[in-house]
Amino acid sequence: MYNEKVLKHFSNPSNQGEIKNADGVGLVGNPTCGDMMRIFISVSKNKKGEEIIKDIKFQTLGCGAAIATSSMLTEMAKGKTIAEAEKIGKLQIAEELGGLPAVKMHCSVLAHEGLGEAIKDYRSKNKKLKK
Amino acid sequence: MTFINMIYLDNAATTKIDPKVKKTMEPYFFEFFGNASSLHFGGLKARQAVDEAQAKIADFLRCQAKEVYFTSGATESDNWAILGLTRAFKRQKNDFKPHIIISQIEHDAILAPAKELQREGVEVTFLAVDKNGLVDVKKVSQAIKSNTILVSIMYANNEIGTVQPIKEIGKIIKEENKKRKNKIYFHTDATQAVACLDCNVEKLGVDLLSLSAHKIYGPKGVGILYIKNGTPIEPIMLGGGQQNNKRSGTYNVAGIVGLGRAVELLLNKKVINLEVKKIKQLRDYLVKEIKNKIPRTIVTGDIKNRLPGNASFIFAGAEGESILLMLSNTGIAVSTGSACSSGSLAPSHVLVAMGVKPELAHGSIRVSIGRFNTKKDIDIIIKKLPPIIERLRKMSPLQ
Repeated sequence: MYNEKVLKHFSNPSNQGEIKNADGVGLVGNPTCGDMMRIFISVSKNKKGEEIIKDIKFQTLGCGAAIATSSMLTEMAKGKTIAEAEKIGKLQIAEELGGLPAVKMHCSVLAHEGLGEAIKDYRSKNKKLKK
Repeated sequence: MTFINMIYLDNAATTKIDPKVKKTMEPYFFEFFGNASSLHFGGLKARQAVDEAQAKIADFLRCQAKEVYFTSGATESDNWAILGLTRAFKRQKNDFKPHIIISQIEHDAILAPAKELQREGVEVTFLAVDKNGLVDVKKVSQAIKSNTILVSIMYANNEIGTVQPIKEIGKIIKEENKKRKNKIYFHTDATQAVACLDCNVEKLGVDLLSLSAHKIYGPKGVGILYIKNGTPIEPIMLGGGQQNNKRSGTYNVAGIVGLGRAVELLLNKKVINLEVKKIKQLRDYLVKEIKNKIPRTIVTGDIKNRLPGNASFIFAGAEGESILLMLSNTGIAVSTGSACSSGSLAPSHVLVAMGVKPELAHGSIRVSIGRFNTKKDIDIIIKKLPPIIERLRKMSPLQ
C-alpha cells in the first residue's frame, strides 16, 4: 500500500515532538475520524526581516500516512518564510512522498490544514502582542 | 523481504499450508494434472482424487458425499447460499416477497449478497448483537416471520472470535419448522470454526455450511458449500454443468486434494484437541501479559464463547494501522479493525455493531494464534508490543 519513502517517514519521522511556548499551534482532525495532528511552530525574523519558521514539530495520532505526511510537512516547512510555507499545496505533501493511495490523500490535506492553523494561531497571537 | 523467521500471528486472515497437505497435493500438479471431467485416462486419477476429498469432507461434516459441493472458497459458498437459495424461492413463487435473517457481524461475503437481495426486493433483517458480539437466540426467534426462508449466522466471528450459539439456533428453527408449511433454511459460515469446533451438520441443525481451505492450513482458492439433500438452491456459477449442474467450472483438483487432506487432519480428534488446548493456553498467556504490561487495554469479544486462538484488543490512544506497521517492522504480523486500514475508511462493522465508539475502534488489533505458533512467538510479541504502544501514545496530540 505504501511506497518506500512513506514507510521511511513513518518508521523514522522528522520533527516529532512538542515546542513548549510555541509561537503558533494548530490542532486538526478529530478522534472519530481517527486522525489528529497538532503542529507547533517557532517563528523568528531573518536578516531581511522576514518571518521564518525557525522550528516546527508535530504530534499525530493516526495511520501510517498520517504520521508520514506530518513528518514530510515539517520537513517542507522548516526554515521557510511564512509566506513560502503558506504556498505549500494541500496535495503537495503527498506528492513529495512519492504519492499516497487515493484513500489516504486526506492525510496530506489534514497536514496542510494543521500548518495553516498553526500560522493562523501565530498571527492572532502576534496581533494581540502588537496591541 | 522474506517471510522466514517472521512471526505470523494473523492465522484468521490465512494460514500456512501444512507440510502434509503440500505433500498430498504435489502429484496433482505434474503427474495427475488432468481435468477431472475428462473421459480419458488423464481424467480418471483426477476424478478419483476429487471423489476421495469429497468423502473425507463428508466424513468430517457427517453428511453424504453428494451433499458436498466444491467452490473457489468461502466467499463463493456464502454468495451461493444467500443468493442461490433466495432466488430459488423467488422463482418458485412469483409474487412472494421472501425474508432472510442475518447478523450484523457477518462477514462481507454474507452482508454484500444480502444487500444485493435487498435491492432485488427481498426483506432482510440484520440482527443486532450484544456488546460482546453474541447473537441472542431469542432475538432470532422474534425476528422470524411468515415469509422467512433463510437464517444465516456465522459459527465464529473472524474479528473478535466470538462463537455463536449455532446449535441452539438450529433447534429454534427446527421447532419453528414443525409449525409451518414454508420451511426456514439455516446456513452458517463456518470458515473460522472448522479448525477447532465440532462441525457435525446434524448436531448443528444446518442445511447449508460454508468452509474454506486456506483457514485450515490448506491452499487458497478452494472451499465447499454443504447443501443438505432437498434444499432448494439455484446455481450462481453457470457453464459446463459440473457438480450435477449445480456449480460449473473445472475442478481445482490440486486445491481440492489439499482441502480434503487439510480436513482429514482435523479428523484426528486426539491431535486436534491437544492443538486447541495449546493454542488456547498461548492465547490466554498473551492476553494476561498484555493486560499487565500495557495500561488502558480493552479486550473485546466474549471471554467464554470464543475461538481458542483469537485475541482482540483495543489500545486507547494509539491507531491500529500504525500499530500493525510498527509490529510488521519488527517482524510480527497481526491484523487491525481500524478504519484507516480499510479501503472505505469505515471502522470495523463488527466493532460498531458491538457498540464500540469509533474513536476506540481505531485502536483495535487482532492476534490470531495457529497450529505453527510457539510460546517463543508469543514471548516476542509480549516484548515488542508495549514499547510500540508507548511510542505511539507519546507521539499523539492527546495525552
